[in-house]
Amino acid sequence: MKKSYKIDVDCANCANKMEAVAKHTAGVKDASVNFMMLKMNVEFEEGKNPKEVMQEVRKNCKKVEDDCEVYI
Amino acid sequence: MNRKQKKMLARILLAAFLLVAFNFAPAEGWIRFVLYLIPYLVIGYDILLKALKGIKNRQVFDESFLMAVATIGAIALAIYEKSGDYTEAVAVMLFYQIGEWFQSYAVGKSRRNISELMDIRPDYANVERNGKLEKVDPDEVGIGSVIVVQPGEKVPIDGVVVEGTSSLNTSALTGESLPRDTKTGDEIISGCINMTGVLKIQTTKEFGESTVSKILDLVENASSRKSKSEDFISRFARVYTPAVCCAALALAFLPPLVRMLGMGLAPEWESWIYRALTFLVISCPCALVISIPLSFFAGIGGASKAGVLVKGSNYLELLSQTKMVVFDKTGTLTQGVFEVNGVHHNELEDAELIEYAALAESASSHPISKSLQKAYGKELDRSRVTDIQEISGNGVIATVDGKRVAAGNDKLMDHIGVPYISCHATGTIIHMAIDGAYAGHIVISDIVKPHSRDAIQALKKAGVHKTVMLTGDAKKVADQVADALGLDDVYSELLPADKVEKVEELLKIKPEKAKLAFVGDGINDAPVLGRADIGIAMGAMGSDAAIEAADVVLMDDDPMQISKAIKISRKCLRIVYQNIVVAIGIKLICLVLGALGIANMWLAIFADVGVMIIAVLNAIRALFVKKL
Repeated sequence: MKKSYKIDVDCANCANKMEAVAKHTAGVKDASVNFMMLKMNVEFEEGKNPKEVMQEVRKNCKKVEDDCEVYI
Repeated sequence: MNRKQKKMLARILLAAFLLVAFNFAPAEGWIRFVLYLIPYLVIGYDILLKALKGIKNRQVFDESFLMAVATIGAIALAIYEKSGDYTEAVAVMLFYQIGEWFQSYAVGKSRRNISELMDIRPDYANVERNGKLEKVDPDEVGIGSVIVVQPGEKVPIDGVVVEGTSSLNTSALTGESLPRDTKTGDEIISGCINMTGVLKIQTTKEFGESTVSKILDLVENASSRKSKSEDFISRFARVYTPAVCCAALALAFLPPLVRMLGMGLAPEWESWIYRALTFLVISCPCALVISIPLSFFAGIGGASKAGVLVKGSNYLELLSQTKMVVFDKTGTLTQGVFEVNGVHHNELEDAELIEYAALAESASSHPISKSLQKAYGKELDRSRVTDIQEISGNGVIATVDGKRVAAGNDKLMDHIGVPYISCHATGTIIHMAIDGAYAGHIVISDIVKPHSRDAIQALKKAGVHKTVMLTGDAKKVADQVADALGLDDVYSELLPADKVEKVEELLKIKPEKAKLAFVGDGINDAPVLGRADIGIAMGAMGSDAAIEAADVVLMDDDPMQISKAIKISRKCLRIVYQNIVVAIGIKLICLVLGALGIANMWLAIFADVGVMIIAVLNAIRALFVKKL
């Protein structure tokens, strides 16, 4: 399943970092962050609950970039 | 400017004012330090906090950390040396924040710019309920409902006009400024702007499936598909920052130790630490990481303004390397509509002969009969035709106004025993015999688009080495078209599957770096579009299949758009390379100068903020594609 989320982040490098951690979050098959559109596209693994996975993604993103937000 | 940016601007102005003011203050020693601490904290408190949090979260090597270390280091050095020169530290932080502010402003601005370019999203649809017009969310309108579009409004959903005539402005979709006329019975595409009359439209699709939604979706997701240059930059940034930090550390400690222990000289700690701090300021990778995606974003935005939809930065990159363009003939270089092209060897007037032919063929639904009717141009009076006899694969014999008219190919003439004159022109030939006597023939052929020849020339000028045409048509027709257009190569009489094979052959013989683009109308050549390096579908207004199958979609069906698309991509990629070379180049030079002790903190600030601003401004240039 694929879903798209709105994000808020100030710098392009931070967006790259968010993409990297989102990709490595458990339950995420693939993720890409579009800094210009401020969007995160996440593909979830089969049978995972997107809401729970996204909480985890958000937590991990906050770790690498304090000043970011993922709107779930 | 949003709230965050306004607040930042206020902080920048306040800090700059304080910094200048304290320069004239006669304070010395600790009072001076405390005074300078005020602007430093005003401008930099969030950076310091971020750096601390970064350390806590084990994400040490980020820009905030670099800036924090560089400025705190500079302050510490000023205290140690008792020079009281805190200006540099505050200035570094100040300019860093100005750079960040500018970047955020520029990115926000181009984001808005591009969403304005693509300002085709309709906000509402008018539905008539109980004799009154009601504005509803387009999402709520079901298939088959009738919506009303008033002059000046956008058509929200694809459909068919059931009442009214008007001109449509399609420039937001196609970049074409000439209005398009529409009348009852015509199909209408969402995203056009209704200019003159009120239209009633019966919807044929849901909003989510309509052209406008598909295009918006495509454009918004385009920059998610990253190009090689973008990947290169993000990988570069990942190793670059830690590498520079280590280099700075080495610069601070190794040379003094070597001087002290190895050469017996004074260590000069201050000088080397200062150089290391300069190093840190220069090292910030922001110019690169922001300007490359921004260039692609602007390039894709500019292209969509010109009616060229590019599905991703990677395709923009491939497009710029296109050296071979393979065309489908029908519908791409030619109109794909058959037209009467000539009437030869006739004794009757041209119009009269066409009238007879159109009447004789009036019962048929074949495209040939349609083109005859079109050439005739008037309503057909079917009562004039009797006793129609269709001879499958050969033609028709019918009685028109009491005369026995035969219209068909060579075989039909042989069949009825009338000698005929073969035609030198290419196309479909319809011989006519009236009351058993030969009356001449009509040539029907697909006509070449008016700009096709210019388009091929423009491609050559844009650096395309080879143009090839593939077609299912007869060799004679194909060769003539290829000759008229100035194509390098032509392969005719191909079945759809053969086209894929031909493209695969061409892919094999071309050099690795030269890319092959296939241009088709997207209706029956989806497999070929998929097989080529880049599939370009044209005339895609309203064709979902084309939008899905292709990598680049030309909204208009003008072949000139192909060279325009290539030029846009070249410009964008040129900007990308300029930015990579300039940003990395200036940084490397400054790093060397910094290590040698020639560059001071001010040059470092230029290398960081100045380069970033130059790169961002250059990136925005990719948005302007009008004159290409």
